[in-house]
Amino acid sequence: MITTLARLIDAPFDALQRRFGAARMPYVFVAPNLLVFGIFVAAPMILNVWYAITGGTQFMPADRPYVGASNFAELLDCTNHFIPATCKQDRFWRAVANTSWFVAFQVIGLVAISLLTALILNRRMPWRGFFRAVFFYPVLLSPVVVALIWKWILQPDGVLNAIVVGSGGARVPFLLDPGWAFSWTIVVSIWAHMGFYTLILLAGLQAIPADLYEAAEMDGTPHVRVFWRITLPLLMPNMLVVLVLALIRAVQSFDEIFVLTGGGPGTATQYIVQYIYETAFANQTHILGLAATASMLVGGVLLVLTLLQLAASARARGEAGR
Amino acid sequence: MIRFLTRRRGGARADWTDWFSWAYLALGVLVMFGPVLWLVLSSFKTQSALQEFPPSLWPMGQKQVAVPGSDRPLPVFSLPQPDGTSVERVMIRRVGLEGQFIDPADPARHVERARLANVTPVREMHFAIENYIEPLRQFNFARFLGNSLFVTIVATAITLLINAMCAFALSKYEFPGRNGIFLFIISTLMIPITVVLVPAFLIVTGLGLGNSLWGVILPPAATPTGVFLLRQYMLTIPDELMDAARMDHASEWRLFWRIILPLAAPALAVLAIFSVVWRWNDFLWPLIVLNRQENFTLQLGLAAFQGELQTQWHYLLAMTVVTLLPVTLVFAFLQKYITTGIASSGMK
Repeated sequence: MITTLARLIDAPFDALQRRFGAARMPYVFVAPNLLVFGIFVAAPMILNVWYAITGGTQFMPADRPYVGASNFAELLDCTNHFIPATCKQDRFWRAVANTSWFVAFQVIGLVAISLLTALILNRRMPWRGFFRAVFFYPVLLSPVVVALIWKWILQPDGVLNAIVVGSGGARVPFLLDPGWAFSWTIVVSIWAHMGFYTLILLAGLQAIPADLYEAAEMDGTPHVRVFWRITLPLLMPNMLVVLVLALIRAVQSFDEIFVLTGGGPGTATQYIVQYIYETAFANQTHILGLAATASMLVGGVLLVLTLLQLAASARARGEAGR
Repeated sequence: MIRFLTRRRGGARADWTDWFSWAYLALGVLVMFGPVLWLVLSSFKTQSALQEFPPSLWPMGQKQVAVPGSDRPLPVFSLPQPDGTSVERVMIRRVGLEGQFIDPADPARHVERARLANVTPVREMHFAIENYIEPLRQFNFARFLGNSLFVTIVATAITLLINAMCAFALSKYEFPGRNGIFLFIISTLMIPITVVLVPAFLIVTGLGLGNSLWGVILPPAATPTGVFLLRQYMLTIPDELMDAARMDHASEWRLFWRIILPLAAPALAVLAIFSVVWRWNDFLWPLIVLNRQENFTLQLGLAAFQGELQTQWHYLLAMTVVTLLPVTLVFAFLQKYITTGIASSGMK
């Protein structure tokens, strides 16, 4: 049956080759992929600019009146950019402020914990494969599953509160207090993603020549010194890649947090992608222009970060090639 | 014993870094696996057991036994006896503050009476399997599961086919525009879906794919990382194989389909695993495209269910376990492919 199916697929492509000639077949091969990229990635990119410079609540691009840069002006209109309440679009600026704090803490925590874990997993020891798997497992879980697992643990009658009460404390409203909720979005997001970065750093650590360590051991160099003088400098290219990758992903954090806290309490954990999503799709009035403008601003930040990443990985390859 | 535990390769004694490492790893296992384990254990608890505070570790419920003369199992209590011991008795009837009990081993014997304040329920391990069955019957979860399977399988098949075709052309042919096309594909890496949500939704709706599973499947089907991974692998396959087949007048498509594709199986396997995990877990894009419940994937169904029915944790937890099961199986059996895939391409 499978061979019949394979022959069935052969026929149209053979016909195409008779029609266009063998020299043009490469274009036939790249066509489906380019079509999908063109329609769903490149075209939206251009349309996004159109949405950003037009106004109104109309969905069809042709129906939208041209408004120039007024969407940008509205988003950026603030008496004091550090106090979201003084902004015309205070929800946007709150999301920007929340995202900035989130990214700062999450990325520092993520890189530090991933580095520590990678260093430990790089040691010679039994069950190394098992431990590596343990730290990696949450990476594969869906954001919704991650959020529900933690929501169940953090709820007022949850197991964490049982431990707090059991050790003599008072119940903590982990997801209902703005400060706690914000901290937990960071912890949960580190928990879910650290395995990925650990793996990249581990690959970097394993590329460091073992004879360097043997030499240091012979000289009786203390561990801490070995870390600062050998490990860290040689791992730097990988660290840079991990840092920028973590930054790019942290700016786009949405799903786990959306299901875990819904952006609340209030707007304490509302981040920038949620602002875009809600402005465009979830509100009663779909303010597409503002959402598209906000996406362009996020896209700009991501572009800078991606260029940094390309530079970092080019450097990493350069160092590895030496 | 201590000597054995602290022994290391090379005969050196363990120092502080060893102790720290083991402590860290033990904590790591607890923190990384604990929450998932807690979810699985909790998913087998009955609704009333879930409301207990502090919660018990294992799913516990009141012991129930079937006795002749009753069409359903009756609860078992522990009755204190005058001599200080206690015995297990089944409650057959409740009268005010008192209960009427019989001996389950000897139901025909006389009925004992005891005040309810003096008896304690007998608890035993009880797995509430109904948590898994009811949502599939009562709610739409069977449907969500079917939608998720459809999206995952079809999308992965399409992704593999079109990315492999593209990678084949880019790795095995010299043609005008090749480098431009490759650069274009790699540059789409810089445009994550979060940046083009509004217009991507417009295009999907304009093509009549709004609210359809095809609208979820098609837009992310061409993946730059997939093309890149397959291209790198196909570059290592020698061109001589193709030349030999060309002598036999094989068409270009047959070169791809019969020769290169089977040889690229290891790279295809890695991409397939990633695609399955991506599609099964996808949330933001389906959230925007699908807004009718009957089209929801499992992820959307779970998210909607937790918003609507806060109190139905017993169903929610069980369905969460169902959702994480396929990914866990993929992980358990294919872990090696995943980790090497990440280490070699940095994709996630």
